[in-house]
Amino acid sequence: MTATATVAAPAPNPDPPSTAPKPGRPHAQKFVNSLWILPPLLLVGGFFLYPLALVVKQSFIAKDGTVGLGVWRETVDSPQFTDALWHTVKIAVLSTAGCLVLGFFLAVVLAFVPFPGARLVSRLVDTILAFPSFLIALAFTFLYGTAGVVNAMADELGAGQPLVGFLYSPWCVIFAEVTFYTPFVMRPLLAAFALVPRDRLQVAASLGAGPWRVVTRILLPEAVPALAAGGSLTLLLTLNEFGIVLFIGAKDVTTLPMLVHAKGAVTFDYPGACVVAVVEVALSLALYGLYRFVFSRTGAARAGVVA
Amino acid sequence: MLVWSRSGRAFVWALFALVFTPVVLGPLAMLVIAAFAGDWNGVLPSTWTTEHFRDATDGTNLDSVVVSIQTALLAAGIALVVGTWTAIAARNAPRPVRRIADAVLHLPVAVPSVVVGLGMLVAFSDGPLLLNGTKWIVIAAHAVLVVAFAYATVSAGLDRTDQAFADVAASLGASPLRVLFRVRLPMLLPSLSAAASLALALSMGEVGATIMVYPADWRTLPVSVFTLTDRGKVLLGSAVTLTLLLATLILLTVVGLLRGKVEDRRSH
Repeated sequence: MTATATVAAPAPNPDPPSTAPKPGRPHAQKFVNSLWILPPLLLVGGFFLYPLALVVKQSFIAKDGTVGLGVWRETVDSPQFTDALWHTVKIAVLSTAGCLVLGFFLAVVLAFVPFPGARLVSRLVDTILAFPSFLIALAFTFLYGTAGVVNAMADELGAGQPLVGFLYSPWCVIFAEVTFYTPFVMRPLLAAFALVPRDRLQVAASLGAGPWRVVTRILLPEAVPALAAGGSLTLLLTLNEFGIVLFIGAKDVTTLPMLVHAKGAVTFDYPGACVVAVVEVALSLALYGLYRFVFSRTGAARAGVVA
Repeated sequence: MLVWSRSGRAFVWALFALVFTPVVLGPLAMLVIAAFAGDWNGVLPSTWTTEHFRDATDGTNLDSVVVSIQTALLAAGIALVVGTWTAIAARNAPRPVRRIADAVLHLPVAVPSVVVGLGMLVAFSDGPLLLNGTKWIVIAAHAVLVVAFAYATVSAGLDRTDQAFADVAASLGASPLRVLFRVRLPMLLPSLSAAASLALALSMGEVGATIMVYPADWRTLPVSVFTLTDRGKVLLGSAVTLTLLLATLILLTVVGLLRGKVEDRRSH
């Protein structure tokens, strides 16, 4: 039935709209409609879930074909693995903490103590979100390397070379991750701050509250949902970060993703790599569950966080 | 206004500059300086050159540019189709199916890129679908990694558009295909172009999965940068990184232009 036909020949009892399930077989219609979701789901299943399942399976099969917990025991017991696990968690937690503090400060200034060019700065922060993370690591080698700008500058001022070895320490990785991931905290924060009525700050100030009191009593409570959402996303991403650690290339700083790469792509020890991968995925899935929980609780979708 | 006194504001701004300059501005400036540096032994390079930049857009590095752009276009295209398809189909599916689809399509965000790469190696190194050693393993890994972002963006866009338009079109007798192409997708255009941009940018900079799976004849730009810096050619590496940023910028501009073109055509 076309639109013109309806107009030309108005039936005394017009048919119901064609999208509404036809009387008599609503279930059949609904079933057919839901079949449309199968092709993309099969694709994602075949190229994502199936390889992931194979990774889990492979972790129980040693190189010589024996099935069991042998590879698990061997891998988990190695000091290399314990080291990597410890480094991964430490770097992720400290980086996230750094991002939260720095992101909160920068967002408060951009939103409530704006200066000429503040909009440009927030644009720049948004652009960083689209950059690859290894870019920061590469830039850090020029800034903080042994022959880097900071050392050269200090040398010229007669202060020696204060940053020898800094580039290859876990602190440098943490600093680089704070630099790269702070925008991920700032974006939801800036969105949340945009909704804070300015009058409230002015009333508080007129009643004699100093800036510090306004920040801790008014802005911080308003920012908690955004901080929680941005913080858990950052924790997830820093836990999985690979590019920054790879490009800084510190020998003593091995994280779980680095270990997966070393075992899987350098020494071709697939079973060992799979064990590390399963631990890594379990860790980030647990965190991801937490993130989705926080996300659904606080409605951070409106705060502009991706995923 | 939070800080009322002039001196207080100056202090806060100074602190902002003190934090912002080394953390955000410094690294970006370094990269540009390094890309054009000739001799660099002091604080700043003593001589400047465009030689690295010419090298970065020549020979094997130019091949990498082409490889990266092809990979990004294919992976983003696949991710956009799969993500949009799932997002739209999920609306008409029963609630449990919808929740499963939502969880599955979001999941790649939570899985480290190296693990996605490892999975590809384990699954497609033998058997009926042999992808290892071909460019398709790189493209498949990229598509998996960006599909979650495409789905999330389009899904959020669907939440904001009014379902009533599609219902009205259907009630007026438009076929489902016509409703899809003339009503639903055009209304989703802003989300589609946002999803395409995000997927392209992420794929262009992807390094974790790529470095696990890439065959010798399909080396993307980030992998080239890593090989260069690993061999100590950091200045050339910076120039190649700058090329990568430029190529990404061009791709995103093209997406923006295409979106404008489609909108123009529709308004006439």
